[in-house]
Amino acid sequence: MQTFSVKDFFYSWIILFVVWLGFTATLDIYEVLTGLLVSLVIAYYTYKNYSHKGLNILMPNKIFYTLKYLLVFLRALVVANFDVARRVVSPKLPINPGIVKFESQLQSDFAKMVLANSITLTPGTLTVDMVENTFYIHWIDVTTTDPGEAFTAIAKDFEEILIKIFDK
Amino acid sequence: METSCAYPTFCMVIFSVMAIGIIFGMIRFVKGPTASDRVVAYDTLNVMVISGLVFLSYVFQRYIYLDVSLLYGVLGFIGVIVIARYFEKGI
Amino acid sequence: MMEILSIIGYIFLSVGAVFLLLGGLGIFRMPDYYTRVQAGTKASTLGAMSTIIGVAFLQPDWAVKLLVILVFIAFTNPLSSHVLARATYKMGQKPLSKENIDAYEEVDHSTSRKPVTNKTTK
Repeated sequence: MQTFSVKDFFYSWIILFVVWLGFTATLDIYEVLTGLLVSLVIAYYTYKNYSHKGLNILMPNKIFYTLKYLLVFLRALVVANFDVARRVVSPKLPINPGIVKFESQLQSDFAKMVLANSITLTPGTLTVDMVENTFYIHWIDVTTTDPGEAFTAIAKDFEEILIKIFDK
Repeated sequence: METSCAYPTFCMVIFSVMAIGIIFGMIRFVKGPTASDRVVAYDTLNVMVISGLVFLSYVFQRYIYLDVSLLYGVLGFIGVIVIARYFEKGI
Repeated sequence: MMEILSIIGYIFLSVGAVFLLLGGLGIFRMPDYYTRVQAGTKASTLGAMSTIIGVAFLQPDWAVKLLVILVFIAFTNPLSSHVLARATYKMGQKPLSKENIDAYEEVDHSTSRKPVTNKTTK
């Protein structure tokens, strides 16, 4: 059995309270008091499930890499969107779909989740499944079936930064 | 009708473009041919309707529409997840 | 100042509307399920994000709520399409591929249910 951890509990409380502030979007005193109370109750019952990583991402030495990841990801998102838009509009549908696989070096589950979601959110690639460290990616324009080269083409930029954020 | 749009014709054009996209999604939703195709069309329509509601909330200056669109998104997401679980394992 | 903000907002709105149209067009034109997910859901996600950012420029008071909606879309959309893609594969619908590139075949799918509901209708 897990013992009561004050640190984890406060992390959950703060995060839930920030979510509450985002949902209500007001600083009215009754709203804030209700939010504090409700997030306290929810945090007490659920902090064990939500605080594996704590506020790890927001530590000062990691926030730089988090911002950098966001920039890299946004750039990939826009570029890939225009690429897929070009394929959709062109009359001959220049696609060559297939499922490729590659291995990832990431250790923690949370980092793998972030990588899988980033791959899915960039158009042209879609995470079909993840078994241990092997990602199965549906790719709209397959240029290579070799796992190493597919990794370089799809996930290298993301993973280099994610390793620095989560697995250090 | 009273709107806050500075260029009403332009807003009308934007909304028409969105509506054409929604019509294409609807055609796929009706045509199928498999259940998964219908669900993915439903998922896309969800996102389109959310952005349409957000745009309407600006045009008519109704803050409450933002809450409506958020709730619509939550319910649509839960619906898609439940249908996918049913496809994979059965109930 | 307000004019500049609203012009930026209208530019974002136009881009968003065009991408929503492209999402609808993609889901209409693509040949099989997986490519439909690629072209439809993803393009419309960027369209929705762009629309929301545009409204945030036009109405700066609402920025917090709009940010919540944006983050919500960005988190839930890849999840639902991933879960749906895996369920579809395990139902037995293979991806269309010219050279039969299908690395996912090697995984053991025996725990999943046999396809019963996936009948093609005309």
